[in-house]
Amino acid sequence: MTPLLAAFAPPYWLSTVIKVLVIGAVVPTTALILGVVFLFKIMSWMQSRLGPQEAGPRGTLQLLADGVKFLQKEDISPNGADLWVFKAAPLVVLASTLLLYVALPSSLHLVVEDLDVGVFYVLAVSSLSVIGVLMAGWASNNKYSLMGALRAAGQLIAYELPMVLAVVGVVIQAGTMSLNGIVLSQNDGAVFGITAIGNPFILTQFIGFFIFIAAVQAELTQPPFDMPVAESEIVSGYQVEYTGFRFLIFFLAEFATAFVFAGIAVVLFLGGWAVPWLPVDSDWYYVLGPAVLFGKVMAVAFLIFWVRFTYPRLREDQLQSFAWKFLIPLALLNIVVTAVLKVVL
Amino acid sequence: MLALLVAQNIAFYVIAALIVFGAIRVVTCKNLMHAALWLVVVLAGVAAQYILLAAEFVAVTQVLVYLGAIIVLFLFGIMLTRAKTGTDEDLDNGTIPKVGAGVIGVAMLGLLGYSLWDGFGDQEIGDLLVQRTAEVSDSIFSTYLLPFEVISVLLLAALIGAIVLARRD
Repeated sequence: MTPLLAAFAPPYWLSTVIKVLVIGAVVPTTALILGVVFLFKIMSWMQSRLGPQEAGPRGTLQLLADGVKFLQKEDISPNGADLWVFKAAPLVVLASTLLLYVALPSSLHLVVEDLDVGVFYVLAVSSLSVIGVLMAGWASNNKYSLMGALRAAGQLIAYELPMVLAVVGVVIQAGTMSLNGIVLSQNDGAVFGITAIGNPFILTQFIGFFIFIAAVQAELTQPPFDMPVAESEIVSGYQVEYTGFRFLIFFLAEFATAFVFAGIAVVLFLGGWAVPWLPVDSDWYYVLGPAVLFGKVMAVAFLIFWVRFTYPRLREDQLQSFAWKFLIPLALLNIVVTAVLKVVL
Repeated sequence: MLALLVAQNIAFYVIAALIVFGAIRVVTCKNLMHAALWLVVVLAGVAAQYILLAAEFVAVTQVLVYLGAIIVLFLFGIMLTRAKTGTDEDLDNGTIPKVGAGVIGVAMLGLLGYSLWDGFGDQEIGDLLVQRTAEVSDSIFSTYLLPFEVISVLLLAALIGAIVLARRD
């Protein structure tokens, strides 16, 4: 099967169609997997509950049932809402998520577009979702929505910076911004002459990894950084007025973004899809690459959701000072140290 | 190559028309928030034109800086100050500012058009190759090092100035 895949070279239009279809299939699937595994099952076990039991074996199809339920609901928009902006907002958020999947490599060739600007592109398109959030909050004509959107914008701007700065350390060490280039440079590396696990950047960039994961948590507006959707204060922020499939789109986008950010973290810090003792152009990677990536992504996602389920919400001033007074200086220090060591060693 | 160029030209004109339409809506909109959102269309269109010109790095920078930061700050500011839905009649300027803006706009169009014509004439640009990010950084940190440093210092001065103006104590 693998040689067949390797020899498959479709014309441009066909490969574009295939890429669009693959992204269209992968985004809801990954969101569904994260939702079922973490939000329903692992969260329940952490809280000594069973979680959903009825739909499918041990309740594994519960989210699918919920999705169908959302699709059946009436498409309601509030009185005095700005209809066009209100309806477009979830799509802007979803578009940002779809664009993120474009750059995530699952092997040397299994990547939608191997961009030369790689990780820079990822950071740029991830910031587009803020526009959608602000649109949603403003167009709902609801003061809770507006407050939620303002909190979201303040938080996302604040945590965008540590995220960019955490990535800079990795880019300096790898010497490239291309995501596949970063995977290859980890794969070719060695730790004290031992090449068995390559040189995953988490060993040298552990500070960067910590900052990146904290910033991802904030970008996803998950607890302990869930001020924008704090249900006990502002109902659920910018999502208050959304029902049916528009709410479903927000939900999908959140979990799909969690997956793809975990994937980016894996590529940047954990060696991505590569297995160091197998040559990178081996045909096995057409099957093995996505599997390895998926396994590592689930491990990182477990970390993200573990924090989500166990920590209480930060206060707004704690949240801002954590970003500006702790994460950003730490990230700058990390960059300086990395740059000095890169030149000296 | 020819087919690619034709496709590129068609895409250019479609996106250019969208940008011009968006730009007109930015200044004629009766709602401040809508004007800001039309500005998103304009800036995203500019990023798309950069991609057509095979300047990946510039396009991504355009998205990160203009769409991801500046527009978000615009929307943030508007929502903090006047966040009402519906139209706002006192947004419009009088006749004299409108005519003045029109004259300046036409003058800028003429100036930029002339400088383009003066610089390139009917010279044909060859194949567009994707510009690697490494080339961009190499030219910034060798040929254009001095302008780059001057701009950095200028931006730093602007930043400090903004902080000084904003702080009251």
